[in-house]
Amino acid sequence: MKVADHAQRADIFNQDEKRVDWHDETLWWIRQKRDKIAHQIPQWEELREAASSIKAHTLSNLHNYLIEFEKHAEQNGIKIHWAADAKEHNQIVHQLLQKNNINQLVKSKSMLTEECHLNEYLQEQGIDVIDSDLGERIVQLAKEPPSHIVLPCIHKTKEEIGELFHEHLGTPKGNSDPQLLTEAARIHLRDTFLTRKAALTGVNFAIAETGEIVICTNEGNADMGAHLADIHIASMGIEKIIPKREHLAVFLRLLARSATGQPITTYSSHFSKPRAGTEIHIILVDNGRTRQLGREDFRSSLKCIRCGACMNTCPVYRRSGGHSYHNAVAGPIGSILAPNLDMKDFADLPFASTLCGSCTNVCPVKIDIHEQLYKWRQVLVKEGHVDPKKAIAMQVMAKTLASPTLYHLAGKAARITLKYAPFVVNNKFNAWYLQREMPEVPKSSFGEWYQQNRKDS
Amino acid sequence: MRVALFVPCYVDQFYPQAAIASLELLEKYGCEVHYPKNQTCCGQPMANSGFEHLSGGCNHNFVKNFVGYDYIVAPSGSCVLHINEHLHDDEFPAEAKYIREHTYELISFLTDILKVKNLEASFPYKVGMHQSCHGQRGLKLAQMSELNAPAFSKPMDLLNMVKDIEMVELDRKDECCGFGGTFCVAEEAVSVKMGKDRVADHIKQGVDYITGVDLSCLMHMEGILKRQNSKVKVIHIAEILNGSIK
Amino acid sequence: MMSREQILHAVKMNQPEELALPNLDSFFENQTQGDIAEFTSVLQGIGALVLQVRNHQEMINTLKAQFKIGEVRVVSPLESLREIAEPFIGDDPHQLANAELVILPSHFAVAENGACWLSDALCSERVLPFITQHLVLTVNKEDIVPTMHEAYARIGKADYGFGTFIAGPSKTADIAQSLVLGAHGPRSLIVFII
Repeated sequence: MKVADHAQRADIFNQDEKRVDWHDETLWWIRQKRDKIAHQIPQWEELREAASSIKAHTLSNLHNYLIEFEKHAEQNGIKIHWAADAKEHNQIVHQLLQKNNINQLVKSKSMLTEECHLNEYLQEQGIDVIDSDLGERIVQLAKEPPSHIVLPCIHKTKEEIGELFHEHLGTPKGNSDPQLLTEAARIHLRDTFLTRKAALTGVNFAIAETGEIVICTNEGNADMGAHLADIHIASMGIEKIIPKREHLAVFLRLLARSATGQPITTYSSHFSKPRAGTEIHIILVDNGRTRQLGREDFRSSLKCIRCGACMNTCPVYRRSGGHSYHNAVAGPIGSILAPNLDMKDFADLPFASTLCGSCTNVCPVKIDIHEQLYKWRQVLVKEGHVDPKKAIAMQVMAKTLASPTLYHLAGKAARITLKYAPFVVNNKFNAWYLQREMPEVPKSSFGEWYQQNRKDS
Repeated sequence: MRVALFVPCYVDQFYPQAAIASLELLEKYGCEVHYPKNQTCCGQPMANSGFEHLSGGCNHNFVKNFVGYDYIVAPSGSCVLHINEHLHDDEFPAEAKYIREHTYELISFLTDILKVKNLEASFPYKVGMHQSCHGQRGLKLAQMSELNAPAFSKPMDLLNMVKDIEMVELDRKDECCGFGGTFCVAEEAVSVKMGKDRVADHIKQGVDYITGVDLSCLMHMEGILKRQNSKVKVIHIAEILNGSIK
Repeated sequence: MMSREQILHAVKMNQPEELALPNLDSFFENQTQGDIAEFTSVLQGIGALVLQVRNHQEMINTLKAQFKIGEVRVVSPLESLREIAEPFIGDDPHQLANAELVILPSHFAVAENGACWLSDALCSERVLPFITQHLVLTVNKEDIVPTMHEAYARIGKADYGFGTFIAGPSKTADIAQSLVLGAHGPRSLIVFII
């Protein structure tokens, strides 16, 4: 089934201009908070460089660090599982629950489980899954995927959330006070935390040197889930490893400041050993990451620490909404990660950008995101994942631009019909005119003027 | 100093006055300026669409036209960035390398090579500066708002030498206008929305003109302004600096 | 086990030549004050209350004025607080569900972000600082370090089962980016600098 591409979805999102304005302004406000706090750290740019280098080093020695992490975690009494793909990851989670006769799971935020479509899988197996991050719980009630990796329901207005809570949690109709709605969720989810025997969390960082994992939240939901459950399952991509504890200093200084403009998340919890009488299981997931590691041009996308800064700054993301990217991770970083998962399904995403480069500048681990978008375009074209009509038009254009004679003919024609202006070569020229006027046509081109007014050439 | 003027295709066809102003400016500062008449394009429209592999012929033509000059200068940040980063020619690799490294966007050529300190120009209007992304983030014409680094702006250094001009401060000083090459039609809805928002920021500050180093961005914003029947006009920075408009 | 070998093999085949780790020494220089004033202003900026007291008795007096001590459940492992708090001696963390106020010591605090570090050496039941309605942390005034670099230098190779940085009360802004304190964890945090 061909899913609608980014442009089609963005077009729908833009039919409600007020919502676009609100979405844009809200995320821009977070970008400004990020700027303000980042600019208070004199060594901010050096920190980004250090974070980028630590990740580059780790990726270059990932084999040994994974083994080291596994060894130390097991010495600490943690059980390590390896999953080659999403399916195996989901099966491991299910088996762990089955083995312990558990049919209810409380989850904190994990983009990896979104990538693996864990919730759908477990529900099919008869497991009741409740997301405990407030934003994730909201989109879960709305039966939607998250639209942002840090702010899952940023596409929803408080009125829509009020309506949703009225329906599901019995809050007063028409009340959309965030304080009241959060309190309702708190009561509802506290009961969940107190009654679930299994908790699943994501992982922000895993330390090879110590075998511990670090989980960052503002709500405290990962801790509430994990410390009250008999089994704590932590799912992580293999790229979450960092070598040493001291490296956390660099990443924790960058993460929340980049994400939301906070100095640090409220909780940065380090899990090293299970509580007496309980178990911690860590699932190390590949799901295409080793393939991306082998792509030299795209390898550094694995440095991502999922702060979401590139989404908040992206002028396209802000005006198209996360769902337009039809992938667990949206925005610029999602657009360079997704084609690795499936080139055909996500061939549209690297084109959903003006290549303005703001993403690269805010990235705390200095991923050259906009350059990778450009490179993915080249790969996708070569692999045959673009519209054949566009390919033909491009060949015509290449021929025209290689030949001054053809070019001058086309140029003359363009000034009259604007038909061959290079930026509209994909035959959707009408799209320019829908909401924009054409440039005024001058009497002569510069080339013609030059011949009349200057002597040489 | 022998300088070749590279006039991007859409400037040649739709905005000749910007190219004329660029030529006159360079001549004023003592450059021997030539316009190689068989030039076509930098090849970016293909490359940004994922067809860089088809740009060989275009690149070759570029090298043939611009070989033998001290510098190549163009009134466009975007096209220059593309040349700087992507011009290659199998037949003339050394020449392509020289051209890559000696192709300048007009403003940085004026500030960095010609080291312009005075301008004979007056522009008695309220003006908003649009920082085109490729010029700013690509060619580093001005400091980028994302970075924790000292502020600077080459275009503003020059505009501040213009008499009677009033520059405005924008709410979002370096947000993309949404042109983006084929993006402007492939993602029409988002492109137009970005353009509308950018234009609105300038209008909010009460500008008469929006200027910038890239006519591609200005053309996109002009299209929106005209559709809105706005009195605000766009003008390439070279025309202001050259004193073309009285 | 097959997947393990398969993944490790693929990683080995695809990882690039080894790149060097950066040196982090420069981050220990050029710090801002890193003092009580900075810690206080940062932490108050993220929704906590910071109070300086001379001793535990002064803290007890303050807490008596703030909370309905005697009517609500107050838990603390600190012997010096027995006047107002009971220790938790159960073995099931769920028994803490009705804790209204938990008072815990911390190892040290970080000026740049207002975080206090505590490990299970100080807090035997991990859920304590999360499950309570209100949290109080204490830190000695000489135990405030400037940045996270000094923080991890201080933690060093410490062997803990669980440790956490806590910076402020539990919070969320998931509903329309409106900040609400008291998401799932404590609704308020008071840090006493002693």
